[in-house]
Amino acid sequence: MSSIVIQFLNGLAGASALFLVAAGLSLIFGVTRIVNFAHGSLYMLGIYIAYSAIGWASGSDGPGPMGFWGGVLVSAIAVGATGALTEMLLLRRIYGAPELFQLLATFGVVLVLKDFALWVWGPEDLLGPRAPGLQGSVAILGQAFPTYDLVLIAIGASVLCALWLLLRRTRWGMLVRAATQDREMVGALGVNQKWLFTAVFALGSALAGLGGALQIPREPAQLLLDLSVIADAFVVVVVGGMGSVPGAALAALIIAEIKSFCVGIGQLDVLGFTVSLPKLTLVVEFIVMAIVLVARPWGLLGRAPGPQRVFAGGHEQPLQPAVRSALLAILALLAAVPFIANGYTVVLLIDILVFALFAASLHFLMGPAGMASFGHAAYFGLGAYGAALLVKAAGFPMETALLSAPFVAAAGAALFGWFCVRLSGVYLAMLTLAFAQIAWSVVFQWDTFTGGSNGIVGVWPSPWLASGSAYYYVALTLCGCGIWLLRRIVLSPYGFALRAGRDSPLRCDAIGIDLVRMQWVAFIVAGTCAGLAGAIYAFSKGSISPETLSIPLSVDGLVMVLLGGVQTASGPVVGAALFTWLQDTVARNTDYWRALLGGIIIALVLLFPQGIVGFIRQRFGRSGSL
Amino acid sequence: MSMAAMLSARRLIAYYGQAQILSDVSLDVASGEVALLLGRNGAGKSTTLKTLIGLVPMAGGEVVFRGERIDGLRPYQIAQRGLGYVPEDRRIFTDLTVSENLEVGRQPARKGLPAWTVKQLYKLFPNLAEMSARPASQMSGGEQQMLTIARTLMGNPACVLLDEPSEGLAPVIVDAMVAAIKEMKSQGLAVLLSEQNLHFAEDVADRAYIIEKGSIRFCGGVSELRDNDSVRSACLAL
Ligand SMILES: Nc1ncnc2c1ncn2[C@@H]1O[C@H](COP(=O)(O)OP(=O)(O)OP(=O)(O)O)[C@@H](O)[C@H]1O
Ligand SMILES: [Mg+2]
Repeated sequence: MSSIVIQFLNGLAGASALFLVAAGLSLIFGVTRIVNFAHGSLYMLGIYIAYSAIGWASGSDGPGPMGFWGGVLVSAIAVGATGALTEMLLLRRIYGAPELFQLLATFGVVLVLKDFALWVWGPEDLLGPRAPGLQGSVAILGQAFPTYDLVLIAIGASVLCALWLLLRRTRWGMLVRAATQDREMVGALGVNQKWLFTAVFALGSALAGLGGALQIPREPAQLLLDLSVIADAFVVVVVGGMGSVPGAALAALIIAEIKSFCVGIGQLDVLGFTVSLPKLTLVVEFIVMAIVLVARPWGLLGRAPGPQRVFAGGHEQPLQPAVRSALLAILALLAAVPFIANGYTVVLLIDILVFALFAASLHFLMGPAGMASFGHAAYFGLGAYGAALLVKAAGFPMETALLSAPFVAAAGAALFGWFCVRLSGVYLAMLTLAFAQIAWSVVFQWDTFTGGSNGIVGVWPSPWLASGSAYYYVALTLCGCGIWLLRRIVLSPYGFALRAGRDSPLRCDAIGIDLVRMQWVAFIVAGTCAGLAGAIYAFSKGSISPETLSIPLSVDGLVMVLLGGVQTASGPVVGAALFTWLQDTVARNTDYWRALLGGIIIALVLLFPQGIVGFIRQRFGRSGSL
Repeated sequence: MSMAAMLSARRLIAYYGQAQILSDVSLDVASGEVALLLGRNGAGKSTTLKTLIGLVPMAGGEVVFRGERIDGLRPYQIAQRGLGYVPEDRRIFTDLTVSENLEVGRQPARKGLPAWTVKQLYKLFPNLAEMSARPASQMSGGEQQMLTIARTLMGNPACVLLDEPSEGLAPVIVDAMVAAIKEMKSQGLAVLLSEQNLHFAEDVADRAYIIEKGSIRFCGGVSELRDNDSVRSACLAL
């Protein structure tokens, strides 16, 4: 009995932390419709700033003159200001741009903030001070419970009440709720939304900062927090219903309680199998999210969004003769590379080819099929692990493994896609993220089969392909075929129907096209091609790790596609080449390559909201062929 | 046209994507006047009103409101200059209560214009008074229509664009709409009323424009229109 109460209180403390981050994200999304990937970075910033503010001018032990709570407050305010500044300098200029470009811009902010933290606080984990007077624990039903966690619970509840009053009892709150439902109408009633948006960003960011700062006695400040927190916060927001603060509270509570009880119960014997519930905590929220989204597509307390267009897709056309010959020339040049370039270039080019295929497959999903995936790395990783395991565990020859691995990814895509295509827009994107995270954590934890966090080593090509240039030709051929195939599909009758479905789903329904089924097929096709890219990657590196299906790789894929431009077929290839090359050159010359890349991304978004290839096309009036 | 036009639009052009919806719309509304915009389904009535309030970008033409060019301004800027817009699909904030909906519409009073209070509006629409704390999601269509008009009046506009306020409503409610429009008129507001229900509209309107395929085809007094069967049958679905 008493242990149940303790587990419950543990859950409440976790819920309080989750709620603070998620409430801000939900508010920001509700009003501005911006999916703010940088929200986790703001949390990370909160914990770092609190570390410094509390310890500022302090002695070797104990907080400085500002005190613990002063430091927490300073951190929340500073992070709120950072959020407001980001909104005013960057996001305000791109509210009119397609949603995915806004997303890209916030990725840029993620990269910049990460390197900012690296620059200021260094790469080491920083363990912050404990709250004065709250280091101990209190006895609850005979069991010790940390005093600080009780305070955390109280703060979470107070913030919830304060937010509720703010939203219910003030004119500002009414405007926020009205704008969450129909911001255009709020504008037509004479409300200047500029400051409403800035204020919402400031508030939401300050909540993230507060959430981070309050964790300082519980967890170290570290650079990986940004993406792990954003994933958690997304899940909470999506489960609760995007834009709903009470929903965020409810979802945070459910998820945190389930996690807490998983840890509390420990091992469980079911039908002779031992299930380790604590290990489940890595995925449990994503499982909850998948269930909720399938049962209630708009979250527990959310409402169906208005018709949302994630972005305008392009209208692919067959190549014009001039472009076709240019393409052949590029291919010929690529084929000649091993004779004219050094080994390093060849290795870099293999990477570029792999990621070009990966990005092209993601583009196929996002452009022609109109489905943005935030978890495309799952299929890349399944391909990579499929290839490695077929060689290592099943004893296949390398060539067979390379060609069979895409089918492993296809099977994964068929399974995950079956659920995903039932949703649309941001919700679909979130579900793809959830599945990717589930796949990642299975691979990460299944030590005996996948090698766990160490991954699998010694995945080399057969001897006749062992030289760099031989494998380069394999990569060139397979990636070229993959990209060519994707393009053939886009231009086929199926591709036309797919695009028609994307552009007017209702009409498609009316004339009897089974859009859901077509999108499912598209999901599988894209997954297969990503898997092929993953398999080629595995043999080119000789070893793989769970990073091949992690969120950062999914994010890289999105950046590549958006960098090149969603509306053009060559966009992802150009974007992948540029991204891979930039990452390679910049990373070799500075520790702060992420910030540089982020800065470039932000500049590109501000200068070319249509993507690079889209810009060139618009600027030089090339008609639909590039 | 009229000497003291409060709102006058000249040769409006507007597109949805590639499709040209408005090709030549010119109209004037004066203070204390109700001008009628008649037309078949899809003729471009709603698009005209949306273009005037700035929700649909103008591709050509000009709009002068109270002596000032307003084309190219953002919707909130146009609304802040005293142009009120009542959308066809009402766009009530269903998460908010009736009184909160009114609050969202509130703008400061303007010099020389009637300043509406919640109390006055509840008098004009007695149904709303009884349900001021009710969530707007739990209102009938007619009640929602009253709320959307009241919400716009909270902004103390000089001119109101009303998009088919009688659509799909019971006769009693339509009577309430007539009373409300007459009240606005008597307060000196200019009203541009888009309608298909001629019986309702004739009751309150002074002048009429007929729009067809995005161009104004007829302009004249309501009595003129009543007597002119050929225009009526040519341009309206009666
Ligand atoms: N959002 C939109 N996108 C594309 N076309 C649109 C859109 N809204 C309206 N249209 C088209 O513009 C034309 C004019 O529409 P509008 O709504 O102005 O007509 P209306 O006169 O108000 O008709 P109704 O009496 O049915 O309200 C129609 O042909 C319609 O199909
Ligand atoms: Mg209409």
